[in-house]
Amino acid sequence: MRLHLLALLAKEPAHGYELKQDLEQTFGSAYPSPNIGQIYVTLGRLEKDGLVRAVDVEQSNRPNKKVYYLTAKGRDVLHLWVDEPTEGPRVRDEFFMKLVLAPMTGIADRMVLINRQRRHYLSLMKDLNELLDRTSPDDKIAILLIEGAMLHLQADLDWLERCQEDLA
Amino acid sequence: MSDEAVLKAINLVKIYSGGAVPVPAVRGVDLQVDAGEFVAVMGPSGSGKSTLVHMLGGLDSRTSGEIWLDGKRADTLSESAWALLRRKKIGFVFQFFNLVANMTVADNVELPALLAGASPREARERREDLLGALNLGDRADASPAQLSGGEQQRVALARALANQPSVLLADEPTGNLDSRNTRDVLRLLGRVHKDGQTIVMVTHDARVAALADRVVSLLDGEIVDDGRIARPRRRTVGEVIDLR
Ligand SMILES: Nc1ncnc2c1ncn2[C@@H]1O[C@H](COP(=O)(O)OP(=O)(O)OP(=O)(O)O)[C@@H](O)[C@H]1O
Ligand SMILES: [Mg+2]
Repeated sequence: MRLHLLALLAKEPAHGYELKQDLEQTFGSAYPSPNIGQIYVTLGRLEKDGLVRAVDVEQSNRPNKKVYYLTAKGRDVLHLWVDEPTEGPRVRDEFFMKLVLAPMTGIADRMVLINRQRRHYLSLMKDLNELLDRTSPDDKIAILLIEGAMLHLQADLDWLERCQEDLA
Repeated sequence: MSDEAVLKAINLVKIYSGGAVPVPAVRGVDLQVDAGEFVAVMGPSGSGKSTLVHMLGGLDSRTSGEIWLDGKRADTLSESAWALLRRKKIGFVFQFFNLVANMTVADNVELPALLAGASPREARERREDLLGALNLGDRADASPAQLSGGEQQRVALARALANQPSVLLADEPTGNLDSRNTRDVLRLLGRVHKDGQTIVMVTHDARVAALADRVVSLLDGEIVDDGRIARPRRRTVGEVIDLR
């Protein structure tokens, strides 16, 4: 979350609660609703690393609030993050390790593992179908995320089929 | 057999023997589909999915085994009796659509309902509803050749559902669709399934398969898995996708 907060602060200084709202508004239902405590902990660490600075702002008849600014160093780190190529999806997952190793242990049969995994992927897809149904068409970011997850699952299922043809 | 079974196959076998060597495409399949069930059939290319559903629909002869439809033995019927039964009880979507080329889209969809004994008015209303749901209401007067592959495929689905068959047999009904059209098809399938339509559907599309209650996996002409797709707890997308 560090870099997500830096990105939001690059737009304008904000206090913790505003950042939470900003994340929720940008990602809609797609973002696991960020915990305010976690946001303050992260801001604390960013401040310690010199990437943001906090300024106390006085409020009439309320306790002071801390507004966070991005520092020059913070901006550099953010630029680095945006400019560097992003790591792609994983090509080796835990299931594949099970699939390769399990028969050697004598604990499980590959055919059984693959069949179980297929049903698991399909039930995840059921979730995503439902999620897509109850996501408003205006919530473009959330919809794109869901569609991305669906395409990944489809690829996982296709790969599973390949594994079944060649390994089981 | 359960009274609920709409469709049942017992030790169904298909060996293609036209070529130099006989090809065993389906090798002893037992399958029972209950009323209102939605079964997805998955498996690699060449595993026998099309052959299986063609046999279930009486479009391809079996080598051995039994097929029961609504409690009646179907595989021993004469070809004409099978055709009659099929017209009444089965809706079929082919992997490669098979629309009647010299009829309009509207007539293609209304025909099965008319053949099954619906009045012209019923057939028209059903057609308007189905084509509307698939976003094809404005193509009713076109001929199949004037449609894209994806549009033809949706018309084929509408046609298969036109006579409210006991069972819908569909072979890759979303193979040629982009994601928006797939969404229309998903919605329609979800709706008719909720209304009690029994469905057996071959598909590679995980979104479509995930609508099913049950998944049957074929490998080399045999069923290697047959079981329900669990409905896990509702989640937010953040719990399914890891946003780092
Ligand atoms: N008319 C035919 N004559 C001879 N062999 C055939 C015939 N039709 C299918 N086959 C063979 O039977 C096997 C099963 O074919 P089928 O079309 O049922 O597979 P499928 O699972 O539907 O594949 P796909 O996913 O590519 O549609 C394959 O080996 C195929 O080559
Ligand atoms: Mg096929």
